[in-house]
Amino acid sequence: MKPNSIVLVKQVPDTANISGQVMRPDGTVNRAKLPAIFNPEDKVALELALQIKDKYGGSVRVLTMGPPKASELLRECLYMGADEAYLVTDRRFAAADTLATSYVLSAAIEKLGNYDLILGGRQAIDGDTAQVGPQTAEKLGIPQVTYAEQIVSVKKNSVVIKRKIDGGYEILESALPVLITVIKDAATPRPFKARRIMAYKNAKSLLELERMTESNSLLYINDLKEEYVSDGLYISTFTMDELDVERERCGLAGSPTKVHKVESVVLAGNEHDKIEATKEGLSQLVEKLMQDHILG
Amino acid sequence: MAKKSSEVWVFVEQRSGKPADVSFELLSKGKKLADTLNGVLKAVVIGHKMQKVAQETFRFGAREVLLVDHPDLEVYQTLPYSRIMSELVDKHRPRIVLYGATFIGRDIAPRVASFTLSGLTADCTDLQISDVTYTRKEYKDLLLQIRPAFGGNIIATIITPDNPVQMATVREGVMEMLPLSSPAKGKVTNIPYQKNEVDGLIKIIERHHEENKINLKAAPVIIAGGYGMGTRARFDSLYRLADVIGGEVAGSRAAVDAGFVKHERQVGQTGVTVRPKLYIACGISGAIQHRAGMQESKKIIAINTDPDAPIFDICHYGIVGDAVDVVNKFIDAYKHKLK
Repeated sequence: MKPNSIVLVKQVPDTANISGQVMRPDGTVNRAKLPAIFNPEDKVALELALQIKDKYGGSVRVLTMGPPKASELLRECLYMGADEAYLVTDRRFAAADTLATSYVLSAAIEKLGNYDLILGGRQAIDGDTAQVGPQTAEKLGIPQVTYAEQIVSVKKNSVVIKRKIDGGYEILESALPVLITVIKDAATPRPFKARRIMAYKNAKSLLELERMTESNSLLYINDLKEEYVSDGLYISTFTMDELDVERERCGLAGSPTKVHKVESVVLAGNEHDKIEATKEGLSQLVEKLMQDHILG
Repeated sequence: MAKKSSEVWVFVEQRSGKPADVSFELLSKGKKLADTLNGVLKAVVIGHKMQKVAQETFRFGAREVLLVDHPDLEVYQTLPYSRIMSELVDKHRPRIVLYGATFIGRDIAPRVASFTLSGLTADCTDLQISDVTYTRKEYKDLLLQIRPAFGGNIIATIITPDNPVQMATVREGVMEMLPLSSPAKGKVTNIPYQKNEVDGLIKIIERHHEENKINLKAAPVIIAGGYGMGTRARFDSLYRLADVIGGEVAGSRAAVDAGFVKHERQVGQTGVTVRPKLYIACGISGAIQHRAGMQESKKIIAINTDPDAPIFDICHYGIVGDAVDVVNKFIDAYKHKLK
């Protein structure tokens, strides 16, 4: 069995490193100031897909939905070893919740076709919902295995997966195709290969090629695209028009959940007793806690 | 517009036949929501030999249990469970469905939400009912799904204005478990399990699990370390303090991510919510996600080298200093007092 994998990846704001500049004075988040990174668990998913390819053969395609800038992330996937990269981008897909996102992703996966495994991170660090994987599986009508920590083996028509459960693990055998979401511990992503960076640093999405034609009247988009495709440097780009989707099920319109209110976090700044970090200070604190029956 | 249902459902999760605490916590919250809506609280129980679990839900206010009981359903499996739940939700269109944000809840809820085209919000830290004006339209009795977002710098209120079913997941400990003094009068509705060929696409080959031995929620004292502890080795002093005064060690998400402490000891929005008599926060800056999991502690001691750390804004006793040094002095002072 030479499995064909599709890996779902996402470029996310680095929420773990939010600095003062990122918060506006009114308490809202200035996304532009946040560095965009490869969602860590998606990178692990790509690594697993590449390990499967190393062992069994087959192919690895990567797919992301996001703004035009997400092509940066796809180039990184090519540096790691992905065979082909696909960008789904359209203003009409913006502000999608997990349901509308999984709807568009599943349409893109159907368009790619010929898949055995779909892999992705358990969750993205910007929302931590862990919903897009299972919802995409449901939309595709295929099984899902979440919290995967190891791909044990790929068989003729099935895959054996070890997954985490509350207080332990289980080993499951799933029919193909299946969607698998992976946790951080499942693998350590390989570094980019210098040879592949040299080869793919010029890989471009349709939008990036269009920008080239805008600044150079000698270039024609169709010729340019053909050239990039034949050189293996084309990042396939889908907008709503290329996908079999209903507009009202995409983006904000297709999202049952809406953000009603966003409040910045204001701390009350309650007064507290300041305790000196000395023997005496702590001795007094312990005594007080004992008097109040907080400590026995 | 057709009259909307006012049913509140809780998916009651069981592991090896034992109901999860979070399900009873959600029933307690669900009862309050149902009362506000003048509606009914119902529990969905799927498993095998679940009659006793079904009865237990009445103690938390359930008026009806939808019970699907069959030997094939003894342990949780994604495909049959999500299919059964999807069909029930699709048929009855409850107004609200709540799930624990556990391995099981986070596996089943999105699949059911996708099938039924319902809204779903993960890891809510509060749930309320309120009338809402959204895009100049009036909505009556919506579920406000409140959660910290974006690295905890903001608190978002999510609503599901136009879809009939509003779903949310909630972590263990966030809602309080409130058993009724006299159980509600409820009925059990048995729903037959009709096997479907897709149920067998995934087979369990092996399964291994132990009851979680660490029970943070029951600990009277919690000593929690954050990223500021610096290393795993520096947590040793926290374990010693826990031994001496009788408590449990916990960690912030950053400490768990850094490998200083195990995930089952994580306190916060994506961990456990605790309400101990005493919470000692060591080297924890106090991000909102962490505070969401501990701010209802009776007394809070904060120890941090940074006098401006937000944790000092919610503590009762603040100590500026190195956590290990302060904890060691605390141990000495406590031992001395016992003499």
